This record gives sequence, structure tokens and C-alpha cells, in this order.
Amino acid sequence: MRLIPTRAWAATILFTAFAVLPFLAVALDDSYLVVIASRILCYAIAALALDLILGYGGMVSFGHAAYLGIGAYAVAILSRAGITDLGLHMLAAIAAAAVFALVTGAISLRTRGIYFIMITLAFAQMAYFFFVSLSAYGGDDGVTLNARSTLFGQTILEDDTALYYAVLVLLIGLYLLAVAITRSRFGRVLTGARENPVRMQAIGFSPFRYQLTAFVISGCMTAIAGVMLANQTSYVSPAFMNWHRSGELVVMVVFGGIGNLLGAVAGATIALLLEEWLAVLTKHWPLLFGLILVLVVLYSRDGLSGLFRRRR
Amino acid sequence: MNLLEVRNLRKSYGALKVTDDLDLSVEEGELHAIIGPNGAGKSTLIAQLSGQATSDGGSVRFDGTEMMGRPMHRRVRVGMSRSFQITSILPGFTALENVASAVQARSGSSFRFFSPVAEERDLNDQALAALDRVGIADRAFFNAGSLSHGEKRQLELAIALATRPRLLLLDEPLAGTSGAEADRLIQVMRGLKGDVTLVLIEHDMDAVFALADRVSVLVYGRIIATGTPDRIRDDPQVRAAYLGEEEGT
Ligand SMILES: Nc1ncnc2c1ncn2[C@@H]1O[C@H](COP(=O)(O)OP(=O)(O)OP(=O)(O)O)[C@@H](O)[C@H]1O
Ligand SMILES: [Mg+2]
Repeated sequence: MRLIPTRAWAATILFTAFAVLPFLAVALDDSYLVVIASRILCYAIAALALDLILGYGGMVSFGHAAYLGIGAYAVAILSRAGITDLGLHMLAAIAAAAVFALVTGAISLRTRGIYFIMITLAFAQMAYFFFVSLSAYGGDDGVTLNARSTLFGQTILEDDTALYYAVLVLLIGLYLLAVAITRSRFGRVLTGARENPVRMQAIGFSPFRYQLTAFVISGCMTAIAGVMLANQTSYVSPAFMNWHRSGELVVMVVFGGIGNLLGAVAGATIALLLEEWLAVLTKHWPLLFGLILVLVVLYSRDGLSGLFRRRR
Repeated sequence: MNLLEVRNLRKSYGALKVTDDLDLSVEEGELHAIIGPNGAGKSTLIAQLSGQATSDGGSVRFDGTEMMGRPMHRRVRVGMSRSFQITSILPGFTALENVASAVQARSGSSFRFFSPVAEERDLNDQALAALDRVGIADRAFFNAGSLSHGEKRQLELAIALATRPRLLLLDEPLAGTSGAEADRLIQVMRGLKGDVTLVLIEHDMDAVFALADRVSVLVYGRIIATGTPDRIRDDPQVRAAYLGEEEGT
């Protein structure tokens, strides 16, 4: 007997819940709900992207916030130049992220384990300090965006609910893309290289090319999250790429269960909700949050998704 | 013609010369066994030939082409494949997926991102055939990590076969297998003779003398004798250096 819905069912339920959420917000007359949920969805995209390389590729990037920042600054810089189209913002963000990921990934992937973690962190810190020193865009303080990106010339995303649905559509699309990738030929090589790189070489694969490609895909997906996050907050600063934030992304992935794409979405959701709720309860909320994380990791090595899995 | 031509191959770990100016010729189609005491440098030689380990010097020519400096994955692609003395599999994959990955590596690009690889009939059929050949087709859908030690050894050979090698370097394929499993693997190797050129490292002397066309004896990083099994069995130098302990048998 299977008590557990298959992954497709779980995904359908979760995304349907997100889709009806704005109606709930109207019913409760709580417009803040849509705002926080938009934020959650942006982070869900980033966590999903990170899980692709962390969970499936075994690459623990501790600098993924850099890509959030790259996406966000793409919006800020292009907007100031008078280019407001969301599609162009996306293109610029993806291109910049691809270049950054290609260069830093090619170097980082020469190392393993703790060194990989440290070197990705170092590159993200370099990006952070680059934008801190960028005084034209407010340096440390960042810049406020006067308007959100436009869609086909329309200012439709100024509406919080419209923005929310735009992020949701992106999340669902990227989730389906990520699932397809993990099940593809490429995904098999990526996972195999995590399991046993020497074995993969001995059957004729060079893991590096596949790992680097995955690293770039993940960076680009995270930059998309950054574009939407900048629109959601209407504010861009180097804090987007702070190393705390890279750590939070790793926590979300671990929370949801490493190597479980839907878990990453759930992990981002629950981590941010906990943060909201615990912050109301006490100003010492990080302590409580840490405790919960420890318990989840101790009792379910597969994170939250493991709690729902059939015991064998 | 010699399919594999090794000249002056060298490798040291610190002061230890593990491969000491080694020469070796393997004819196309033969099963060439390499025997030698523990620590003689047999596994290191396989690692050097396959490209897993770098060499300090010398030449490794495969089918006339110099292989020195080529990484392992590129040697596999031209037909040099190897198995590991210490089982090396993808434990989280099923047995079938382990072998199908090897088929995938030589059939088309793996930069394909959208269609599910598990549904590629061609890969799965070839993988199943390889599993069947080594006698573990009934384990196809088991996680490789959960197989018994002997079954893992059989899987190891199936993976190597699935790369469709012209030259197969086998590092103690029988180590740790039960009698029945060993018989099956010996039968598979016998079946490969003629189609695939084999370099077999093995401590099981009965298997070696039953299978080999020629035998080379490796001691302290050097080949001290090469010849037919009968010649090697009777060679006094070999007996002194290596077979002495088995005099009574
Ligand atoms: N990575 C290494 N670093 C240092 N020394 C090594 C290394 N690998 C092997 N050696 C040494 O090189 C020598 C040859 O080892 P190798 O594994 O090639 O022997 P072998 O003939 O395969 O032995 P066995 O029959 O036990 O498998 C041994 O003395 C071993 O200790
Ligand atoms: Mg050995």
C-alpha cells in the first residue's frame, strides 16, 4: 500500500496551493500574504537551482547568493538605462550569470569538498565587494527601483498579485525543467559523477564538462530568481549576495531534503515561514530556527520530504 | 600484430620504483595473463595503461597510437577498457543503470537534457544483455550497492563489457567470488577470447593456466618472463621468484 503520493501528485498539490493562495489573501483581506508568498517563490526558484547541483551533482556551492545579486543588479542597471522590459532583464541576468558561473565554476571545479565550498564562497564575496564599491549604484546602500519591470510594454507587474503569478509560472516552469534534466542522459551523468567520478571516467565520461554545465544552468536559474526578487522588493543592494544569504539557500535545500527538487521548494517555503513566525514570537528566533533545523536533520536525513516518505 | 605495445614504462612512489622500465607486448586477440606476488605493481600497471594514473616516462601504444598523456575517459573511447580490483560501481544506481551508463557513454551525446534516459530501450536492452552474459540479469533492478560481493564483481565485468572494448584490462576479476560465480566469470572470459584482447591479472593460478594464451610474470615492477603457460610453469627463474610457494600443487 502506498500512503505517499508520487512526486507528481505532491507537486500538483503544492503548486495548486500556491495558485489559490491569492484568493485566500483576498478572503482574509491580508494583502501582505501575497507579498511574503512572492518572496517565498523567488527563494524557492533559487533553492531549486541550488539543489540541482548540490543534490544531484554533489557540488556544495556556498556562493549562490551571488547569482541572486547578479539578477537583481541586471534589473537595476538596465532600468536606470531606460530598459524596462522583463524579457531583456532576464536575458541580461542569464548572460551575466552564465559568464560568472562559467569562469568561477571552471576554477572551483578543480577542487573538491571543503575547498569547493570555500572557493565558491570567495568568488561570491568578490562579487559582493565589487557591488559595494559600485558607487554609481549606491555602493553599500544599494538603489531603490522606481518601477518594476514591464511585460510587453505593460506595467502589469506593478500589481502584487500579477507579480506573484509571474513568479509562480516561472517556478513551475523551472521545476519541470529541473525534473526533466535530472531524468535525462545529462542528469544520469551528473548523478553518476557524484556517486563515483572514477567509475564515470572508466566508462568514458569526463565529469568536469557535465559538472560545469550543471553549475552554469544552476547559476542562470538563480539569476532568474534574483530578477524577480528585485522586482518584489523594488530595491537592490549588495546584501542580495551576502554570504549569509548563500548559507540560507543551503539551509533551505537541506531543510527540504537534498536531491529532492520539490523538497527544495518546500524547504524554502517552510524556512521563510518559520522565519516570519518565529520573528514575531521572539527576537531570539534564529536560535529556535537553528534548533528546528538540527532536529529535522537529525531525525530525517532526507529533510522534510523524508518525513513524508514511506518507511522501508 | 601487437594491439598493445608498452616500452620503458616507469613510475615511482617516492623512492619505490613500482614500474621499472617495463616492456610488454600484447597481440591482437590473445588472452595475456599477468601474474606476480602481492605488491609487484600489477594494479599500478593497469592504472598506468588505462590512464587513471600518470606515468613518469615511457610509451604506451594502442593500435599504433601513442596513449601517453591521454586521460582515462579518452582511452576508453578508443577501445581500452578496464575493471577494478576493488569494486568500483555506482552504488545508488540499479545494476541496469550502471551498465546502461556505460552503453550511453559510447552511443551518442550525453548533452541531452529533456528526454528521460530510463526510457531509452536501446540502452536498456544492451545493458540487460551484458548483465545476462555475466549471469546477474535477475538483479537488474536491484540497487548496485545492495548486491552481494560476488554479484558486484560480476557487475564490474558487465560494465566493462558494455563499453565494447577492443582491449580489456581485468584486475583480479575473480577476487572474492564464490566457486559458482568464478566459474561463470571464467566462462565469460573464455567466450570473449578471440573477439576481445584481454590482459588478465589474476591470483587464481588454475584460472590463469586454463585461460591464458601467454603469461607474463611481474616482479618488483619488471617483467621477468613471458611465454606460454607451460613454458612459464617450468621456468626455473619464475619458480624461484614466484611459483616456488606452489611447488607442491
Ligand atoms: N598511491 C600509492 N602511493 C604510494 N605507494 C603505492 C600507491 N599505490 C601503490 N603503492 C605501492 O606500490 C606497490 C605496488 O602496488 P600495486 O597495488 O600495484 O600491487 P599489486 O601487484 O596490484 O598487488 P596486489 O596483488 O596486492 O593487488 C606496493 O608496494 C604499494 O604499496
Ligand atoms: Mg593489485
